[in-house]
Amino acid sequence: MSARDRILAKLRQNAPSTANALPDVATWFATHRPVESMTDKAKRFHHVIELAHAEVHAVNADTWTGKLHEVLKARGIEKLLVAEGTPHGDAALDDLPPRGIDCSVYDMAIEAWQSELFDDTPASLTAARAAIAETGTLILWPDALEPRLMSLVPPVHVVLLDASNIHNTFYEAMTAESWSSGLPTNALLISGPSKTADIQQTLAYGAHGPKELIVLMLGVPEGAAQ
Amino acid sequence: MSEHTLHFKPTEGFRTRSKAVVDNPVLRQSFRGAMDFLMSKRAAQFPDDEELQSLRSLGEAIRQYNLAKLPDLLLQLESQLTANGIQVHWAETPDEANTIILGICQRHSAKLMVKGKSMVSEEIELNHAAEAAGIGALESDMGEYIVQLAGEKPSHIIMPAIHKTKEEIARLFADKVDGVDYTDNVDALIQIGRNVLREKFQEAAIGLSGVNFAVAETGTLCLVENEGNGRMCTTVPPIHIAITGIEKIVEKLEHVPPLLSLLTRSATGQNISTYFNMISSPRKPGEKDGPEEVHLVLLDNGRSQAYADEQLRKTLQCIRCGACMNHCPVYTRIGGHAYGTTYPGPIGKIVSPHMLGLEATASMATASSLCGACGEVCPVKIPIPELLMRLREEAFSEPHAKPAMRGQGAGYSPLISAIWRAWATVYRSPALYRLVSWLGSRFGGLLPSRQGAWTSVRVPLRPAPKRLRDMLKERG
Repeated sequence: MSARDRILAKLRQNAPSTANALPDVATWFATHRPVESMTDKAKRFHHVIELAHAEVHAVNADTWTGKLHEVLKARGIEKLLVAEGTPHGDAALDDLPPRGIDCSVYDMAIEAWQSELFDDTPASLTAARAAIAETGTLILWPDALEPRLMSLVPPVHVVLLDASNIHNTFYEAMTAESWSSGLPTNALLISGPSKTADIQQTLAYGAHGPKELIVLMLGVPEGAAQ
Repeated sequence: MSEHTLHFKPTEGFRTRSKAVVDNPVLRQSFRGAMDFLMSKRAAQFPDDEELQSLRSLGEAIRQYNLAKLPDLLLQLESQLTANGIQVHWAETPDEANTIILGICQRHSAKLMVKGKSMVSEEIELNHAAEAAGIGALESDMGEYIVQLAGEKPSHIIMPAIHKTKEEIARLFADKVDGVDYTDNVDALIQIGRNVLREKFQEAAIGLSGVNFAVAETGTLCLVENEGNGRMCTTVPPIHIAITGIEKIVEKLEHVPPLLSLLTRSATGQNISTYFNMISSPRKPGEKDGPEEVHLVLLDNGRSQAYADEQLRKTLQCIRCGACMNHCPVYTRIGGHAYGTTYPGPIGKIVSPHMLGLEATASMATASSLCGACGEVCPVKIPIPELLMRLREEAFSEPHAKPAMRGQGAGYSPLISAIWRAWATVYRSPALYRLVSWLGSRFGGLLPSRQGAWTSVRVPLRPAPKRLRDMLKERG
């Protein structure tokens, strides 16, 4: 008998004979979390993610690359990793190089350029698929065009978020988008720059991932900007 | 690394180790300060008691629902993960788990494994097994990296280096990390760790991680972390190996949000961790990063023993938040190392006997005042005090033929049992009670002035020269 069969046999022999009722997660959220307007969700998202040390800027479709340029220049950053083939990546590729920001692209498997990504990529731009107001969380589903390490290795991570995609809770996000019918290779919730309090409970940012997280929020409704 | 041999220590040394910590003001201050910090952070996350209590009830219901279906869910998880391209392995014992993991390393001629925080990998003592096999195993969580550099084990399941001051860490880095001068600036220390480990993430052939929740319906491994090292370990090296206890499984994805909320708020008082990393497959064709192979090792190591008993099964509801130890007056005074087990504190006391047998852990459950704080804060309502009472009974009752636990009766003493039986007889019979209390009041002075552990910090016990009934009689 294999370890698998032995473990399963032991469990089966002593498993309870009756099943428990399926926990009612939906009702708990319906009775304990408010339903908010888009404006309120945007406001709350902004407030909560700022508490986690992220920087948020309200932008619109015409001005966001300008704000991106400004944010990078303010930090003395002259090179940005973008996802070619995505609308936001292509917009950055069009707008930033003429203004003095060199844009590199993730067009090869990581094995071919790992040391450049780690040693010579000061910032990256990705989009967020959606966000969560309650916890100030960005949702990213990395894919072939916008790979996983883009949001992890560069010290400055800039994220473009459409404010109309902010959900109230994680539960609302996964049910509204039917996540249970299929998840990508890697789905990520990101709620601030990387941090640790492992030395004497002293909070330090930039542990292993980005030291700074900057959110450019598109289509912020009137009144939500703080 | 190898000047210390770090193995599970049987509880015989428990008193000595506890005394050493109680007598050490620096350690006392480290633990007291850290526990006060964590308790106030948690309290701030739960301002609404109704919300907290109803969420705990939901968390309990979710864990119990999933445990009731555990064998079916393990099969569902296995088939879903396999369909997603993740390879599933089963291990009954720590040795089997180490053999599986090191076998994968050897197939790929791996020299270095970088590790995200995983208490299950501590439980199987993977680092020693890897070292013995000539494979480097490097911890990458900052706290774990620090305790590994110091040749120690974690003293807390969430904050492994909680027992160390920043000055101690500064000296450690200056001594052990090449080219580093003494600095006790926390940001500078973290940057030192970051720079060392960023090299190692790129060098390692294997990334190892734990699992916080394994979702059966989607075949997804979920990881909670703040630092980003967990994402590094599961994304940069070409092979990712995850290891988990068989109990950490949920059937439905919708079970995750309530448990995640309970976990991070109870553990560190965060509304959510910086990263919640959900992995459902290895690198797919066309994708440009991520591991080519992902493995999951499912470990039993005594969990099926806890599962077999309706009351003890509740032990497996645990989501490893550490709130019970943060609120435990015993843990706060003696710290995590005194227990001598991978999992310290209240959760350690109820889970370790299943992993190590009661022979090695008989006295653990006695290190409790039964104040009930652990049960009150547990986010999934494990009745920890009740389980401690049960484990005391299992450890100290007379060995019998059908024990629910390995090592049942390990602490049994015929003399102590005879004394308790005599005590019960005396207290059941009014005539005997009168006689014995009369003898006590007349001859109590003959009791020795040294009464073992009791008199080490207290005055000796002596029956009063006059019994209550005598005094009442005198007053008429």
